[in-house]
Amino acid sequence: MTRRWIIYAATALALYALATTLEPFRAYQLATAAAYFCAAAGLTVLTGLSGQLSLGHGAFMAIGAYTVALTQNGLADAGATGAWLLGISLLAAVLVNVVAGAVIGLAGARLHGPYLAGATLAIAVAVPSVPVIFRESLGGEQGLPVYAEPAPVDVPYERWQAWIAVTGALIVAAGLANLLRSRYGRELRAVRDDEVAARLAGVPVARVRVQAFVVSAAGAGLGGGLLAFLAQSVSPGAFPLTLSLFLLMAIVIGGLGSLAGAAWGAALLVVLPDLAHEITASLSLSPATEQRLAGNLPLAIFGLVLIVTMIVAPGGVQGALTRVVRRRRTTAPPS
Amino acid sequence: MDRFVFLTVDGLARGAVLAVFALALVLIWRAARIVNFAQGAMAVATAYAAASITDATGSYWLGFAGALAGGLLLGVAVERGVMRLVHAGNQLSPVIVALGLVLLIQAVLGMIYGNEYRPIGAPVGRTAYVVGGVPTVSPFDLFVFGTVAALVGLLALLFTRTDLGLKMRAAAFAPEVSRLLGVNVAGMLTVGWALASAAGTLAALLSIPTGLGLHPTAMDLVFVSAFTAAIIGGLDSPPGAVIGGLGVGLLLSYVTGYLGGELASVAVTTLLVVVLLVRPDGLIATTKARRA
Repeated sequence: MTRRWIIYAATALALYALATTLEPFRAYQLATAAAYFCAAAGLTVLTGLSGQLSLGHGAFMAIGAYTVALTQNGLADAGATGAWLLGISLLAAVLVNVVAGAVIGLAGARLHGPYLAGATLAIAVAVPSVPVIFRESLGGEQGLPVYAEPAPVDVPYERWQAWIAVTGALIVAAGLANLLRSRYGRELRAVRDDEVAARLAGVPVARVRVQAFVVSAAGAGLGGGLLAFLAQSVSPGAFPLTLSLFLLMAIVIGGLGSLAGAAWGAALLVVLPDLAHEITASLSLSPATEQRLAGNLPLAIFGLVLIVTMIVAPGGVQGALTRVVRRRRTTAPPS
Repeated sequence: MDRFVFLTVDGLARGAVLAVFALALVLIWRAARIVNFAQGAMAVATAYAAASITDATGSYWLGFAGALAGGLLLGVAVERGVMRLVHAGNQLSPVIVALGLVLLIQAVLGMIYGNEYRPIGAPVGRTAYVVGGVPTVSPFDLFVFGTVAALVGLLALLFTRTDLGLKMRAAAFAPEVSRLLGVNVAGMLTVGWALASAAGTLAALLSIPTGLGLHPTAMDLVFVSAFTAAIIGGLDSPPGAVIGGLGVGLLLSYVTGYLGGELASVAVTTLLVVVLLVRPDGLIATTKARRA
């Protein structure tokens, strides 16, 4: 127990120090990865642990982001000031998503495999068109600006953003880690591994499923809210179908079913496009070829990594790491 | 009235294409218990091949035939080269691999052809015949209906009247027993993928001329609508796919025509959710044994 809290404190300190030493652009990237982590961790609970495949987590992120935008702007219009406003907005994003997750979870609890995937996919496609329908209040395709207070301490704004986002990610990580080690976490895994056996053992399968949706939507809502705070604007274009698919791929490449896997995946989502961009820039190609490669090379690499990972190492990064560590331990000479 | 006729014909034509695409998804689902999320990207790849062949030779039909052949080959390549290597047992793995294929195919297409919309030719005109002052079907609509009817008829014949169809159904229904009885189960799976991929190609060739044009992501929305249609109809049922496809096509057309395009995806989602709330396994589903 105490050991766990020491690990949390050490991670928090390390990330805090990292955010302080990084240059503003890198701090912003760290913040983005932290926001993705919140959503990916939520998806890990749903897909990795309760076995429900969601292709629509981008929709939950969009709901969270728009909630933050509306609350921030509403509070600012009402004349409220102070750094605590953001906390209220993020909390609102989580609460709204708890409701949304409960509704969708109730509808989805009866669905299995591809049927659930299809339903969530349709939701991911439909949600971005909602702001276009309610053009007056939600701003249509252009979206809404998000009012943001200046940082209360004198640091580059990106560093302030990184601190906030990393704090959010740590809260999610600690909360979920505790939740998954509890009775509820065991019930989740029981439902995933064998529904009939779980039911016979007295696990309320339907309730566990819906609760997984709620927890998962809350994480995605916080992630989306943080993204809105980072970008200081929200628009339907920021939450396309590909975002939902990328989240799913991230947790799979990272290692399905573990929070560390979600962290790896979130980091990959930020690092991979950047890396591919640097590769294309270093190749000194003609401008036309470079333009063609620019948007496509990261996607090609991501796709290839995904296919190869699934075939060669289905456990993802975290699975491979665990295997290496175990092998070390078993082959190490007795001391 | 004019508007209603136009929207109905348009909806049926759109629905016929969705039905073919949904049928392709159902074919693979029945054979391998995999939803082929890469279907749309694979179909676009072959449509690009059709456009390239047509550009080089000047003949639409050469491109058409080449694309269908390419579709068969691509289906075989994807099944033998990728899907067969995926570890069975985890239902998520094939989905993820298929999504990876989507990214890879779309990115490669974007690198070769660029991410611009390219016009793609149609074999016949798209202006509607006017009957009694009311514009009705266009030659292209008739072409769509004819091709789709021919494909559905051929597939029905294949599965109900030929040895190959019987073997394919047997291999999907009871793989172990079929293998003991001398059916090449793995081979049947490959045939299923090839047929489904060619059907997807056909859907792409029929739907892209009515849209914005050829683009690496041109079939994404068609895929989502067709997947929705297949689920509404029941993933195990070919007639369900046809009914679902026509239904979704009509709904899309009416909602876009009478209420506005931005409501289309919301309407389809609502239909899907309502159908699944009433029938969680789709409209046409066999009763399952109670498990607990």
